Amino acid sequence: MKIVTICGAGIGSSGVLKVNAERALRSLDLEATVVAADVATVRTVAADAQIILTTQEFVEAIGKTNADIIVIVNLFDTSELAQKLEDALS
Amino acid sequence: MGLPPLPESAIDLDVFAADWRAAVELSGAALVRSGSTKPGYAAEMIRMIEKHGPYVVIAPGLALAHARPGPQVISNGLSVVTLKEPVRFGHAHNDPVRVVLGLAIAESGAHLAAVAAVANIFNDSSAIDQLAAATTAAEVQQIMGVTPS
Repeated sequence: MKIVTICGAGIGSSGVLKVNAERALRSLDLEATVVAADVATVRTVAADAQIILTTQEFVEAIGKTNADIIVIVNLFDTSELAQKLEDALS
Repeated sequence: MGLPPLPESAIDLDVFAADWRAAVELSGAALVRSGSTKPGYAAEMIRMIEKHGPYVVIAPGLALAHARPGPQVISNGLSVVTLKEPVRFGHAHNDPVRVVLGLAIAESGAHLAAVAAVANIFNDSSAIDQLAAATTAAEVQQIMGVTPS
């Protein structure tokens, strides 16, 4: 499974989201490749992704995609991340 | 491990910012003082927020201001600014902001270890309160896990 985290520059928030998503996946005992990227490259990077993790600001810019988009409010809340990932994967 | 350099010169405590732009400018000025970026980096960080919205407010009370690697970045660096009065970035959930981190990354390939180190600090949700209450740069460095040089 591939998960892509998206933010504006592809270095800050998406990086934090990647680290914490990996933590949440471990707590769920799930394995996935998590890739951080910027919104400009989302179409290429997320072409084969099952899930896109992002914040509200980027939903519109991500546009049409086959992946499930999960919107995260607090990037450090791993229980929010775990809950939303579990819901998306079940 | 992996945290970008956070020298005393990059720490600015209990300062006043009239709005979010001023707060980001302070975090940029701190990165200039530590030699991490050129003065133009602050404007790049502000442009990211103008273009994409207040997504840099990554947790309640905490903004992680940053722009892309580029000619304005001299070397990896982190700055910490705590605000006398919180400012609003326009975030639906995480406003107002009391602590602004400025992050400069020289190469996009090498950023994840740095960002992971930042993420590890704030997985302790009390870290933001601790930073906001810090009165000395040494205290901030201790909270951030930096050994003062």
